Amino acid sequence: MTSNQSAGGQPVLSARGLVKTFGRVVGLDGVDLDLYPGEVLAIIGDNGAGKSTLIKCATGAMIPDAGEILLDGQHVSFKRPQDAKQAGIETVYQTLAVAPALDIASNLFLGRERRRPGPLGSVLRVLDHKGMRTDAAKAMSDLGIGTLQNMGQAVETLSGGQRQAVAVARAAAFATKLIVLDEPTAALGVRETNQVLSMIERVRENGMPVILISHNMPNVFQVADRIQIQRLGRSAGVVTPTSHTMNEVVAIMTGATTLEETPGQVASAT
Amino acid sequence: MENTTHPDPDVALATSGPTTTAADTFAARRRSPVQRVQHLLHSHPAISPLLVLVASWLVFSQLNSRFASAGSLSLVLQQAAVIAALAVGQTLIILTAGIDLSCGAIAILAMLVGAKMSAEHGVPGPLAVVIALAVGLLAGMANGLLVTRLKLPPFIVTLGTLSVFTALGLLYTKGQAVQAIDMPDFMTWTGTVIKLGDFVITYGVVMAVVLYVVMAFVLGQTRWGRHVYAVGNDAEAARLAGISVSRVLVSVYAVAGLIYGLTAWIQIGRADAASPNAITDGNLETITAVVIGGTSLFGGRGALVGTALGALIVYFFRSGLSLAGVDDQYRILAIGVLVIAAVAVDQWIRKVRA
Repeated sequence: MTSNQSAGGQPVLSARGLVKTFGRVVGLDGVDLDLYPGEVLAIIGDNGAGKSTLIKCATGAMIPDAGEILLDGQHVSFKRPQDAKQAGIETVYQTLAVAPALDIASNLFLGRERRRPGPLGSVLRVLDHKGMRTDAAKAMSDLGIGTLQNMGQAVETLSGGQRQAVAVARAAAFATKLIVLDEPTAALGVRETNQVLSMIERVRENGMPVILISHNMPNVFQVADRIQIQRLGRSAGVVTPTSHTMNEVVAIMTGATTLEETPGQVASAT
Repeated sequence: MENTTHPDPDVALATSGPTTTAADTFAARRRSPVQRVQHLLHSHPAISPLLVLVASWLVFSQLNSRFASAGSLSLVLQQAAVIAALAVGQTLIILTAGIDLSCGAIAILAMLVGAKMSAEHGVPGPLAVVIALAVGLLAGMANGLLVTRLKLPPFIVTLGTLSVFTALGLLYTKGQAVQAIDMPDFMTWTGTVIKLGDFVITYGVVMAVVLYVVMAFVLGQTRWGRHVYAVGNDAEAARLAGISVSRVLVSVYAVAGLIYGLTAWIQIGRADAASPNAITDGNLETITAVVIGGTSLFGGRGALVGTALGALIVYFFRSGLSLAGVDDQYRILAIGVLVIAAVAVDQWIRKVRA
C-alpha cells in the first residue's frame, strides 16, 4: 500500500480485520483502520461500501462479528455508544443530534449537566446554568464560532450550519481521544459547509484527531490528511489529497480502477 | 502536516460586505411586530395564559363584583387545587410528548384503596395515606413500563389503564363511597381550613402550591428536569447524548402517579369523602389546563407555571360565568374555544425562526 504515515507514532485508534454481517449481507469484510494523532482521516465510499458500518463498529453503535479495535494500543470492546463516549470518542451524527427546543448550553451539556458547587449542588441538585453557559460560549469560540452570543438561545432558532456547529462544539468539548463526524455537511449549504470545514481544521489544530465520513470529494480534499477508500465492504486503499486526484479517487471508489493500477504520485510525508 | 488556511468562519458567516444580496437584506430586515410577539411567546410561553387570566379577571369582576371577593376567590382556589395538583403529573407526562388518560382513574383508585383500608381495616391514617401514595406510584409505574417495554403509544396504554384502574377501584369498594365519618381524621386533614383575613383556604390548597413550587424547581434546576425536556423534545437526540430514555420515561410516569396519589388525599379532604364518582373527568380537565397553560402536546416545551394558570383560568370561567348568570353550556363552549386557540398558538410559535 502507498499510504503515508502522516503524523507517525502509534495510532490513536486502530481496527484490524473487522467483520460485520447482516444475515447474508456482508457489511464489513475484514477492514483495517488507523487513525494517527493530529490528523483528519476521511473515509469515503459509495452507498453500501461499509463506511457507516465501520464507524458504528468503532463507536459502539454496532458490535463487530470479528476483528479487534485498539484505542491507544489497548484492546477495547464497546457494547454501547456510551462505552465509546466514556473512552473519549465523541461522534457527531448525520441527523443533527441536538434537541431543538433546548438552548445551546443545554444541548452542549446534554447528558453531562453540571451541578452547582457546594450544598446547592450536592444536596438540592441545582444545576450550574451560569457556569455551563460560560463554558459553552468558550467551547463555541474555541472553534471560531463567535457569531453566537446568547447561549440561552433555543437551537431551533439557529441555521443548519449553526446547529451543526453546536454538535461539533459538543464533541470537541468532551472528546479526549478522537472525534468522528458522520456526513457533517450533507444537509448544509456552501457557506455553512465551509464553516463546518473550518471547525474541523480548528479541531485538528487543537490536536484532536478526526475521522470524517463524507462522500463530498471537494470537502474531503479540502480538509483530509489521508483518505481511506471503502468499496464493497473492504478497504480499497488509503491515499492522500496530494498523491491522488479527485478523479483517481472516484475511480478507485467506484471500482473503475484499483490502487495498484493507479498508484498515484509517490506519496510524500506531509 | 500542512495547515492550509481556509476562509475564517466569521468571514464566511458575515452577511454584509460590498456585495449585499437581496437575500441578505431580507435576512437583516427588522422583525415585524407580529414576529416579535411570536419570538416573545416562543421564549415565554406562559405569557398567553397569563393574559387570558388577567383579561378574564377584569371581565368577570365587571360582570359581577362578587367575582373578585375573597369568598368567591377562596372557593375558586379550593376547587382548582385538586385539578391543579393532578395536572402537575399530566404536565410531566405531556412534556415527554406523552399523554395520560388514566390520571383521574389512578387518583380514584389510590383514594378508594387508602380510604377503605383506613375505614374498614383499621389502618391508621398516616399509613393509609402512604398506601394511597404507593398505589398511585405503582399504577403510574405500570403505565411507564407499558410505554417503554411494550413500546405502545401512551394514548393507548393509558386508555387501557383508564378502564383497568377504574374497574379495580369499583371492584374493590363495590362502587360504594367511603364517608369522612368512617375514616381517621388524618384522611381529611387536607380539608383543614386556614383563614387569612377574609380568605379561606385549606391545607390542600397549600399542598398544591408547594407541589408546584417543588416540581417547578425540579424541572428547571435539576438534571432529571433537563432530561425530561430533552426526551420529550427529541428522544433520539437524548439517547445519542447518553440519556437513558426509558429510565426517564418510567420515572416520569411513576412520579406522576405519586402526584395523583397525593391529589387523592387532597380530594378526600375537599369532598369529605372518597367517592368513585369524584374527578372521573380528571384526565380531560388536566389536559385542558396543561394545554391552555401553553405546554406543547408535542413535548419538550412548556412549564408548570402555565399549567397553574391554565387550571385557574378554567375555574375563573366556571365561577365568573356562573356568577354572571350565564348558562353553564357557555362555559363549556368557552373552554373548548380556549383549548383550540391554545393549541393553535402553540403550533404558530413552534414555527419560530432566527
